[in-house]
Amino acid sequence: MTRRKPIATGSDWNFEALEVYERAIGELAREYRLDTYPNQIEIITSEQMMDAYASVGMPIGYHHWSFGKQFLSVEQAYRRGQMGLAYELVINSDPCIAYLMEENSLMMQVLVIAHACYGHNSFFKGNYLFRTWTDASAIVDYLVFARKYVAKCEERHGVEAVEQLLDACHALQNYGVDRYKRPSPISAEEEVRRQDEREAYLQTQVNRLWSTIPAPASGLVQQPSNDLENDPLGLHRHDRYPSEPQENLLYFLEKNAPLLEPWQREIVRIVRKLAQYFYPQRQTQVMNEGWATFWHYTLMNRLYDDGLIDEGIMLEFLQSHTSVVSQPGFDSPYFNGINPYALGFAMFSDIQRICQAPTDEDREWFPDIAGSDWLETLHFAMHNFKDESFIQQFLSPKVIRDLKLFSLIDDDRDDSLQIEAIHDDRGYRRIREALSVQYALSAREPNIQVWEADIRGDRSLTLHHVQDRRRPLAQSLFPVMRHLHQLWGFPVKLESMEGGEVVRRYQWPIPEPTHESA
Amino acid sequence: MSYFIDRRPNARHKSAVNRQRFLQRYRSHIKRAVEESVNRRSITDMERGEKVSIPAKDISEPSFQHGPGGRRTVVSPGNREFAEGDRLRRPGGGGGQGSGDGQAGNQGEGMDEFAFSLSREEFLDFVFDGLELPHLERKQLQVLEETRPVRAGISKEGVPARINIVRSMREAQARRIGMRAPLKRALREAQEALEAEERKDPVLRNPARIDELKSEIVRLEKRIGSIPFLDTYDLRYNHLTHQPMPSNQAVMFCIMDVSGSMTQAHKDIGKRFFLLLYLFLERNYEKVELVFVRHHTVAKEVDEEEFFYSRETGGTIVSSALTLVDSIIEARYSPEQWNLYVAQASDGDNWDDDSSTCLELLDESLMRKLQYFTYVEITPHAHQALWEAYETVRAAYPERFAMQQIVQAEDIYPVFRELFRQRAKG
Repeated sequence: MTRRKPIATGSDWNFEALEVYERAIGELAREYRLDTYPNQIEIITSEQMMDAYASVGMPIGYHHWSFGKQFLSVEQAYRRGQMGLAYELVINSDPCIAYLMEENSLMMQVLVIAHACYGHNSFFKGNYLFRTWTDASAIVDYLVFARKYVAKCEERHGVEAVEQLLDACHALQNYGVDRYKRPSPISAEEEVRRQDEREAYLQTQVNRLWSTIPAPASGLVQQPSNDLENDPLGLHRHDRYPSEPQENLLYFLEKNAPLLEPWQREIVRIVRKLAQYFYPQRQTQVMNEGWATFWHYTLMNRLYDDGLIDEGIMLEFLQSHTSVVSQPGFDSPYFNGINPYALGFAMFSDIQRICQAPTDEDREWFPDIAGSDWLETLHFAMHNFKDESFIQQFLSPKVIRDLKLFSLIDDDRDDSLQIEAIHDDRGYRRIREALSVQYALSAREPNIQVWEADIRGDRSLTLHHVQDRRRPLAQSLFPVMRHLHQLWGFPVKLESMEGGEVVRRYQWPIPEPTHESA
Repeated sequence: MSYFIDRRPNARHKSAVNRQRFLQRYRSHIKRAVEESVNRRSITDMERGEKVSIPAKDISEPSFQHGPGGRRTVVSPGNREFAEGDRLRRPGGGGGQGSGDGQAGNQGEGMDEFAFSLSREEFLDFVFDGLELPHLERKQLQVLEETRPVRAGISKEGVPARINIVRSMREAQARRIGMRAPLKRALREAQEALEAEERKDPVLRNPARIDELKSEIVRLEKRIGSIPFLDTYDLRYNHLTHQPMPSNQAVMFCIMDVSGSMTQAHKDIGKRFFLLLYLFLERNYEKVELVFVRHHTVAKEVDEEEFFYSRETGGTIVSSALTLVDSIIEARYSPEQWNLYVAQASDGDNWDDDSSTCLELLDESLMRKLQYFTYVEITPHAHQALWEAYETVRAAYPERFAMQQIVQAEDIYPVFRELFRQRAKG
């Protein structure tokens, strides 16, 4: 390969050099078939970066105190030097917005362009979860719509009323997603166009459901009553409502909460839609960071091989890269869980190795991909998996050995902790299984669904928590129940179920003791 | 396809609204923290912002989560000595904590408090929240001594330096058009008549008429040419009027007893009180001047350093200081132009027969000029004659005279708040 002259040297950057680097990286990326949205690269100050952090990666957001809290803590950490700001911040939008901080050195800017503008960007465009759940071209418009709508509501109904509503919605935002259904993409234009219509429509829907003289629902299957004594007319002989448990709590509330005003329903919807937008990111942390890190590493090395960056920049890069992918052991004072950059980078690099130089072990474990075209395989992995399934499919014994992974069982019925598996032949599969579960959203978050809204009785709402391996809910459930109660407007109950049995009941508001004994 | 955008010139403080929302929401928490820190710290530190901590549990955003307990499997990196089937003691003695929530656990440490920084302005906002300056009346000037020139339209008279060129030229143009119009019309008519006359058959022409018209045309052209481009009555001047300006400046007299009975500790307490008052005034006036007057048996105007740190001995004659303040006001700070505040700190010692002199001085001269007089007595002991004399003044000027006793440093802030708390209107 003919070595060319470095585009720039030293640590100061300028726009001309960045543009040349960006084009060079873009050419290399095309060579590797990285399909991306157009890049919109924005140079910002550190303070603007803190703003961007604070709004959890939304380029524009509605106002809420929690973002202010976020900002203050980012600012505090940054001032104390605990946190290096901004390796990068990139937004899943079309064009893909990436932030570069002006304080970054030339090397950092080039690295971030490779990492964010080609790594993350191609991941956003290619991964099936993002393709299914988000509409990159519409998100910015939708955010603008949301901000304006919330501001309008604040004007009309007061800041405090809106804030309380948003608090309640935020508490439930992880339960604002249909996990198994494909959602309709969000589009701002349509939102605005149809919003008034929807307000009116929604209200009639709710009114029908809650009308004081319920017509015998034709669709509902009549259940043989086992309570003929107390209910001879069969007034309560109806199926549960909803007939199927609902996993999307916010959606259920938006459509069914009896007392919400139309504007309140719209805000519930906004929070729900944004939760949906972030849903894929929560499930692809390891993959997304691993993919971007793999590509910045590959692209930077190519730039160096082609002579476009000099040794100085390369050394600086290697130092930075090494600290990004370092994985302190569990007993290190720096340990803070598994570093998604480290795990993801190790796995993608390992897939490349398995394709290019498979060992006997690899042939046995990965007969399909050992010796195959590495680029093809890497793209396949990026497109079709999320963290959970990616680990299940591709975590190799070598990576387990390199990271010295072990799995530990912590059972509150047991006095001691037990090492279940370590990085040996007997343990590889069990570790892979356990790590995969560790990244499964369904295991990380309690499984809570709407079980019943008592539309003919006291209007209480009952949720079911399907308890898994006896893991109870944290104390934070009480404030969440309070928020839920605010939205629903009537008593809210929560039942923890394990093996079909109710193991624990919660209720809000807490019933008066005299009430219960009566 | 990529493009770069330089966003650096864009507005900063995109989060300012959210930040304010946060501060607003946790107002009471922050206020408590601020009050504690004010009491704890030296007041000199208040010139900068403050780090404030509030309990993290009060501001957490709840969500459904797994609590401790049950059975969980955790995969961690960095195994060194463990083998399959090893049993380990549970760290922290049961409780189901385990390394189970390695992530949450580690982050949890030190997160009981949510700490953040307030800027100096925000900090002082909280310090002085709910306080008001008594009689914060902008001084209305009877004598228009302090005035400010204000643009007040356009006038026909003025000095050349204030000529408004655009307006003058506009006037000139209008005048020129207006004055030329009838002449031009007459000229045109004359020209048309001349042409008509000349087109006539030579036999029918009237040479006298032609001459007449020709001379008329020359005369009109001359008149048009003589209309001046700019005339004196075209000139317009920017008009300035002098508007009386409400005074937005204050002077604060610090009076402190430096006699032998005042220890350094007393003086430090006094200093803090003065500083609080100074910061408070500074927020309300554009300009605040400080005058330091210390006294024992004689009063002297000194600089800040000397005021707080020099030691004197001897007896105490408070009236000497009041007299000096009065004469300084007389000489330099006319009450019409300045908002006058006096803060006095003393241990209450005074020559017995001097206290009545003080009473007289205040009642007859000083109190009429001042916006507010605050007196803090730094003593754990019983009050003496000075306090009694001042109580008489307080009765006479309840709105503008305040006094409190301070025993130790922690009392300062509450006392300050007491002195300046917002009073119900009426």
